[in-house]
Amino acid sequence: MFKANVKNRLLVDKIMTGVVITCTLVAIIPLLWILGTLVYGGAGALSWEFFTEEPGAIGSGVPPAIGPAIQGTIIIIGLSSLIGVPIGIMSGIYLAEFGGSWFSKQIRFFTDVFMEFPSIVLGVFAFLAIVLIVGHFSIWAGAFALSLIMFPIVARATEEALKMVPYSVREAGTALGLRKWIVTLRIIIPAAKKAILTGILLAVSRISGETAPLIMTVLGSSQFFGGFDAPIDALPLRIWRFSLQPYDEARLSGWGAALVLVLIILAIHIAVRYWFMNRRKSMGMSPRLSKVGV
Amino acid sequence: MLKREFGKSRGHGPLADKIFKIAATAAGAYVLAVILVMVLQLGWESGPLWQEEGIEFIWGTDWNAVEGRESYGALPYIIGTLVTSAIAMIIAVPLSIGVAMFVLTAPKRISEPMGYMVELIAAVPSVVFGLWGLLVFRMYFKDLIEQPLHDAFGDSIFLFSGNPFGLDILSAGIILAIMIIPTISAISRETMLAVPQQQKEAAYMLGSTTWEMFRLAVFPYSKAGLVGASIMGLGRAVGETMAVTMIIGNATGFAAIPNSLFDPGQTMPSIIANEFIEASPASIHVSALIAVGLVLFLIAMAINVVAHFLVTRMLKIREGAVNN
Repeated sequence: MFKANVKNRLLVDKIMTGVVITCTLVAIIPLLWILGTLVYGGAGALSWEFFTEEPGAIGSGVPPAIGPAIQGTIIIIGLSSLIGVPIGIMSGIYLAEFGGSWFSKQIRFFTDVFMEFPSIVLGVFAFLAIVLIVGHFSIWAGAFALSLIMFPIVARATEEALKMVPYSVREAGTALGLRKWIVTLRIIIPAAKKAILTGILLAVSRISGETAPLIMTVLGSSQFFGGFDAPIDALPLRIWRFSLQPYDEARLSGWGAALVLVLIILAIHIAVRYWFMNRRKSMGMSPRLSKVGV
Repeated sequence: MLKREFGKSRGHGPLADKIFKIAATAAGAYVLAVILVMVLQLGWESGPLWQEEGIEFIWGTDWNAVEGRESYGALPYIIGTLVTSAIAMIIAVPLSIGVAMFVLTAPKRISEPMGYMVELIAAVPSVVFGLWGLLVFRMYFKDLIEQPLHDAFGDSIFLFSGNPFGLDILSAGIILAIMIIPTISAISRETMLAVPQQQKEAAYMLGSTTWEMFRLAVFPYSKAGLVGASIMGLGRAVGETMAVTMIIGNATGFAAIPNSLFDPGQTMPSIIANEFIEASPASIHVSALIAVGLVLFLIAMAINVVAHFLVTRMLKIREGAVNN
């Protein structure tokens, strides 16, 4: 009885192997297609002027440049890191060093849930909290919105990083008579700084691609930085604007800008990956961890 | 060195540790404060709309921003979100579980790069997906799949009856599916890894093939986790903004309720992205959009809470099994 259907069962197994391989290929093909399209469509737009000049008038026949967009992205990322990283690290310290209580379990749970909030809602919140109050679009509003996306990622990464440091190190510090805050900040954090930096970099790569929260906070502009209280441009915003313009040169610039953005993000990811090549279990620092909703 | 450490100088007394604990706890509680303030602000600022439309906003289908005849209803966008997410889930869940199975059973030299590439999909920004979908994917999809389907089955099956322009809920659903595959497959993989080794070995011991091992040992054990992974993907799909905005066709009001797969639509995030900047603050248009945001917030929150609950329960069971 058992021998009779072995052939069938092996056949089913072979079919399922094929199915599973097909699934993976189907999942990967769009990625390769997108990357290929970016290189093919966007390489032609790249030039020194493309990176450094203002977009200029629409429909002028010359591919509009993305200088302000690149500058704006760098400024916004810097500002939102200024807000998000300290909160994230302290939150991670809380979860790792003072965890275990019911309250900390709730905080961990909601931090994870918050990581996946629709970012458009965060943008609306930043609009209500800052833009309405000060009366104009502002870089701080955009930075605040992006910091809301950043800090849960940094918090979880910090928590995992701190947990990797052996408990004996903390005990050694206490045995020397050091206070807990000295042990944590002066000993544990430096020991875990590689992993924490990884978390920060992944958070940065995540927010550099975020568009929705910036729409109603920094608005986007065609000029370079004009002060903290003025609108500013950002790469994802500019890509979106390009996509709405029916001109060929705008499309070309769109591909070029998208290529630049994806190259930056990929560079961060690959750098993080190879920085950790000697660590077997890189604490789940995958792109997935940092990318969920937009 | 030890002398300085033992002295009760500033920073070395017990007060410093108390301050540290308070600061850390405050940082931890920041997320709770943000969530709370967010709900309150969204509720408060959308107040004018709730006063005007009441609870019927949720099943209303108007969307008229002209002053004097203003009327708003969120139902078309709720439907749009649900339909595109449903399409995305139908496509993505089987694919993702297949990917997870592949990564678990293939030899490392193949599974590692493939697995990493699937996760790299998550690194591509949404706006780039939108750009590609709008300018490239849409053209091929419209000509190779939508038009033939419409010509062949347009009259008989209502799903294909709309005129295909490529900017519709089906395209949006497919792009969404691609975007949520990394999420679902990664969590599915962790869930399936959490199945105790003895279960898998027992299946092999009974003479089962690899597929049968999955069917007998892995799937029954990890059902809750797989469902949690899928719901996590659903949460992601619901909140997705830019890619959907660029592909879904920007319909409003009653026309945004799709009758076929090839009809344009609108989701809750996309209506906000499309109209927020130009909404006149003199009207309650802005409040209407904020109200849509509030509804989206609550739905996404509910989905994510359920998903996380299922997944952490699954992973905790594994810890329990390991400890025993």
